[in-house]
Amino acid sequence: MSHAQADTGQGADTGVAIRMIGVHKWYGQFHVLKDIHLSVDFKEKIVVCGPSGSGKSTLIRCINRLEEHQRGRIIVEGIELTNDLKKIAEIRSEVGMVFQHFNLFPHLTVLGNLTLAPMWVRKIPRAEAEGIAMKFLTRVKIPEQATKFPGQLSGGQQQRVAIARALCMNPKIMLFDEPTSALDPEMIKEVVDVMVDLAEEGMTMIVVTHEMGFANRVADRVVFMDEGEIIEQADPKTFFNNPQNERTQLFLSQILSH
Amino acid sequence: MADAKPTFMRSPDLPPPASTVGVVRWLRQNLFSTWYNSVLTVLTLWLIWEVAPPVIAWALVNADWTGATRDACSHEGACWVFIKEWFGQLIYGRYPLDERWRVNLGAVILIVCAGTLFFPRFRYKAWMAAFLLVGYPVIAFLLFSGDVFGLKWVETPLWGGLFLTLVIAIVGCVLALPIGLLLALGRRSDMPVLRAVCVAFIELWRGVPLITILFMASVMFPLFLPENLLFDKLLRILIALVLFQAAYLAEVIRGGLQAIPKGQYEGAQAVGLHYWRIMLLIILPQAIKLVIPGIVSSFIALLKDTTLVLIIGLFDFFGMIQAAGTHPDWLGFAVEGYVFAAFIFWILCFGMSRYSQRLERRLHTGH
Repeated sequence: MSHAQADTGQGADTGVAIRMIGVHKWYGQFHVLKDIHLSVDFKEKIVVCGPSGSGKSTLIRCINRLEEHQRGRIIVEGIELTNDLKKIAEIRSEVGMVFQHFNLFPHLTVLGNLTLAPMWVRKIPRAEAEGIAMKFLTRVKIPEQATKFPGQLSGGQQQRVAIARALCMNPKIMLFDEPTSALDPEMIKEVVDVMVDLAEEGMTMIVVTHEMGFANRVADRVVFMDEGEIIEQADPKTFFNNPQNERTQLFLSQILSH
Repeated sequence: MADAKPTFMRSPDLPPPASTVGVVRWLRQNLFSTWYNSVLTVLTLWLIWEVAPPVIAWALVNADWTGATRDACSHEGACWVFIKEWFGQLIYGRYPLDERWRVNLGAVILIVCAGTLFFPRFRYKAWMAAFLLVGYPVIAFLLFSGDVFGLKWVETPLWGGLFLTLVIAIVGCVLALPIGLLLALGRRSDMPVLRAVCVAFIELWRGVPLITILFMASVMFPLFLPENLLFDKLLRILIALVLFQAAYLAEVIRGGLQAIPKGQYEGAQAVGLHYWRIMLLIILPQAIKLVIPGIVSSFIALLKDTTLVLIIGLFDFFGMIQAAGTHPDWLGFAVEGYVFAAFIFWILCFGMSRYSQRLERRLHTGH
């Protein structure tokens, strides 16, 4: 599916990008996700926050099946996630993901990292894939690093390469799993700026982050999780100024007061 | 206004103190850093002084280099005439004299083709590698054993010497690597049956001494197999060695696989790659790079272990040296033979070691 096709097909899908219905997940005995109901529209920007261990990473990792849910339904772009490997592959190629620790491939150059999936999953010829890669490297403002290896870049540059790598697959949805948590303070801004650009261009985004500034600026909705449950969700203004649940209030007071 | 604000001026770089550079410094740091290092240095120098001159005298100064029979060896030193006279058989074994050119041709083709892979500018490397792995073994086999294109049939019991050693070692290394890879992947698989099969295979082959395996392949195996199904002894040995080597390599490679962080799998999964692509493009290139020293150690061990085929009646390089040393005309020159064998094996192994170091440096990407 190309980008254009999906955009026109969006109407049939009633504009819902991701729908999670009664999703449960266990790690052994540990009940990590409890009855999650979440619906994300196309072009919507969701920020997921909550204390560590609350299941927010697990939640977004279920969306591209890096984690398997055991009960409930997850429907991404109209495709339901089951054990069907073909459908999983299709969803993964449509949903980009950015990790806390970048997860770039250290044995490949930046260009190699960016062209790998387009060439092997999309079967795009090398020259064309390199053209796409350079376009996105320019967008994340590091085209001059194309021939370097990830190990030669700073953390902020690596994370921007990781974002470009995901964008090269032309995803309609981007998942961010604490993209700035492993960065030195002076590098957070360069990554957040790229994410803000992306949000302004209308990308559907689900971002797990502690960057409340980012949530305030771009989120359409902030989702607060604790102990595997969605406790509260609201637009950022309401969420930050008038949180309803006491656990949300406690969390906000802890992260905003330090 | 410029005088008001102190501006940052980069201080100039100064040369290091004289005591940290030069020969004297090197000696002091490496040979005489402490009193016991000084004692060891002096002791070692004394040992070299005692041992080196007699060895040089034996191997070079007093050695006999010319002549054709043992009578030429009249001096005190080594009788290199012995090696010279037997040289052809040490290299080719009992391969017929008139047909030796076939072995040479095979070697030249291999060296030229493999040599092209060392040139970074050579553009058809993938094709050349494919030829070396698929085409060359067929060509080499037909060339060496003959019976086609008017070439005389040379049965494998006549193959011998360094030629046979290299055939066994190269086949062992090249075929064992892919099998070892599959075994390593199988042992880490999510599928319980596959995993159990791989674990059983690896532990079985690793748990048995190589000599036992060689005896099994050469003596026991024919007892159990109907005569019309029995195949060539050298082939049996090669298969046994490949499987033995694969079991060892599997464990070496598994060590590398375990060192690859989970994030690498996830990063590759998240862009939609499936299992085999993830393995071939992302995981194995990194894992194998990590275990190059282990793989090369394992290859070196195999090269030296090939000498064991002597005891099941194959005359490899070392076997021919043994045979030459016990020949009635040349009794008493075994030492020269062993020294020569050690020298050749050392050259081969050292070459492999140096190549692996070069490879490691070249594949280093700064992480």
